[in-house]
Amino acid sequence: MAYSNKVLEHYEHPRNVGSLPKDDDNVGTGLVGAPECGDVMKLQVKVNPETGVIDDAKFKTFGCGSAIASSSLATEWLKGKTVDEALQIKNTDIVNELSLPPVKIHCSVLAEDAIKAAIADYRKKKDQGVVEGAAATAQPAL
Amino acid sequence: MKLPIYMDYHATTPVDPRVLEAMLPFFTEHFGNAASRNHAFGWAAEQAVEQARRQVADLIGASPKEVIFTSGATESNNLAIRGAAEMYREKGNHVITCVTEHKAVIDTCKRLEKQGGRVTYLPVQKDGRISLDDLRAAITDKTILISIMTANNEIGVLQPIEEIGAIAKEKGILFHTDAVQAVGKVPFDVNRCKADLVSITAHKMYGPKGSGALFVRRRNPRVLLAEQISGGGHERGMRSGTLNVPGIVGLGKAAAICQDEMAAETVRLRGLRDRLNEKLHANLDELYVNGSLEHRLPHSLNVSFAYVEGESLLMGISDVAVSSGSACTSASLEPSYVLKALGAGDDLAHSSIRFGLGRWTTEEEVDYVVDKLTTVVRRLREMSPLYEMVKEGVDLSKMQWVTH
Repeated sequence: MAYSNKVLEHYEHPRNVGSLPKDDDNVGTGLVGAPECGDVMKLQVKVNPETGVIDDAKFKTFGCGSAIASSSLATEWLKGKTVDEALQIKNTDIVNELSLPPVKIHCSVLAEDAIKAAIADYRKKKDQGVVEGAAATAQPAL
Repeated sequence: MKLPIYMDYHATTPVDPRVLEAMLPFFTEHFGNAASRNHAFGWAAEQAVEQARRQVADLIGASPKEVIFTSGATESNNLAIRGAAEMYREKGNHVITCVTEHKAVIDTCKRLEKQGGRVTYLPVQKDGRISLDDLRAAITDKTILISIMTANNEIGVLQPIEEIGAIAKEKGILFHTDAVQAVGKVPFDVNRCKADLVSITAHKMYGPKGSGALFVRRRNPRVLLAEQISGGGHERGMRSGTLNVPGIVGLGKAAAICQDEMAAETVRLRGLRDRLNEKLHANLDELYVNGSLEHRLPHSLNVSFAYVEGESLLMGISDVAVSSGSACTSASLEPSYVLKALGAGDDLAHSSIRFGLGRWTTEEEVDYVVDKLTTVVRRLREMSPLYEMVKEGVDLSKMQWVTH
C-alpha cells in the first residue's frame, strides 16, 4: 500500500507527541478506540480558562501510520482554536488533508471522536455538562 | 549489504541461479511437449520431466510414480481434498482439518460443506499445534480424510504429523498434509508420517512460481482421486494439461539442491533465527513469540511487539521486507486468523511481525534488522498510549474501551 507524502511526513515527524497532566482542571483527555481493533488514540487539550482557546494539545496513538498521522494533524489544528471551533473539525477534513484511502477513513473518524471526547472531558471538569453528541472516553472498569 | 533486505521467505523465495540455469534450455532449445511420443523434441522433454519426478520423489522418500505435477500448492490442495472427497463419497462425507490451515485448504473445505460434506475444523493449542485427543474425538465412521499442514505459513509451527499419520492409518482414513513450508527445509518422508497425499510447491524452495506437485500414494493404500481438470489424461489421469516442462525441471532441480544442502542450511538458519530472537529479546521488553519455538521451522520467527501496531512498525522498517498479522496490512480489517486461533488476543495479533529467513540471509542483515526494529519499537512505544498506561500500572484488560 502506498502512503501519501503527508501521512509519511506525520509518521516520520509526528507533532505534539506526549502527555499533559490529566488531573489539571484545564486539561481535557479523550481516549478512544480499542487494542483489539488495532487502534487507540489518546488526545489531550489544555484550554485557557479566560479565553476558551486551546493553548496546547498532545497525543499518543497505538495504530497504523494513518492513525498516527490523523491524530498528529488533529493536535496541530487544535492549537489556537477555541473549544467551539475545535468541535467543528470533521473527519472528512482530515481525510482530505492526508489523502486517506477508503480503508483508512476509520482512522480519521477515530481522531474526530478523540477531539470530541477530550473536549467533553474538559467541559465536564468545568461543570458545563456533557456536550451534545460527544464521544465518551475509555474508563477503567469498576 | 544491499537494501531493501528480504526477510519474507515464507511468502516466496527467489529462484536459485542454479535452478534457473537448469530451466532455461527448456524454454527454447528443448521446447517439446512431454506428451509427444514420436519425436526427439518430445523425448527430451519427457526425459527431463521424469528426472524431475525422481528428484522430487527422492526429497520426500516417495516413488517417482507417486508424484503428480500441478501448478502449485493451491491446486495440489484442491485436487487432494476435492479429488478424495469426490472419489470416496460412497465411503463417507466427513473431513477433518484445522483452523490454522492455509486458505487453500480452509476454503476448499468450506466449498465441500456447501456441497453437502461435513467438515470439522480442529482448534489449536496455545503453541499452535492441534491436540491428538481432539483429533481422535473428531473421527467418525464417515471420516474419509484428515488434512493437517506440516508447517504453518504464518507462525512456522510444525504439527505432529507422524502421530497424525499413525492415527489416520489405524482408522483407515486418508491423510493429506500441505507440506509447502516444510519440504526442502526440514527432513520430510512420506512413509515416516504415513501421508497419503502431500502438497508441494516450487516457489517456496527456490524454484519458479506456477509449479508444484501432489504426492499420491500408490501402495498401502492405493489412493485414487477424482480429476479436477479434465482433458488429455496427463499425470495418470489425475491432472490433465500439457506439462509445464521448464517449471517442472525447476521444481526438480530446486528439490535436489534442497536435499543436498538441507543439513548444513538448517544449522545455519537456526543459528541466525536464534540470533534474531535473542537479540530482540535482549533489546526490548514485552515481546511474545507466537507459537511453539521448539516445534518450529528453523528459519521462521513470529513475534508480537506488545503495544505497537504492526503496520506502523512495518512503515518504520520500510527497507526490510517482512509481513504482519495486523489487520491494517490487509483489506479485511481483521487481524490474522492464525494468531487469533492461538488465543493470545487480537491486540497481540495486531502487533505481530513474521520473519522468514532464507538461503541468502546473512548475519549482517539479521543485525541490521534487530537494530532498526529496536529503534522503531522504542519510538512507537514512546508514542503508544497503551505502553504509557501499562507503565503507570493500568491493567489494560480491565479497561472499558470506546469502540467505533
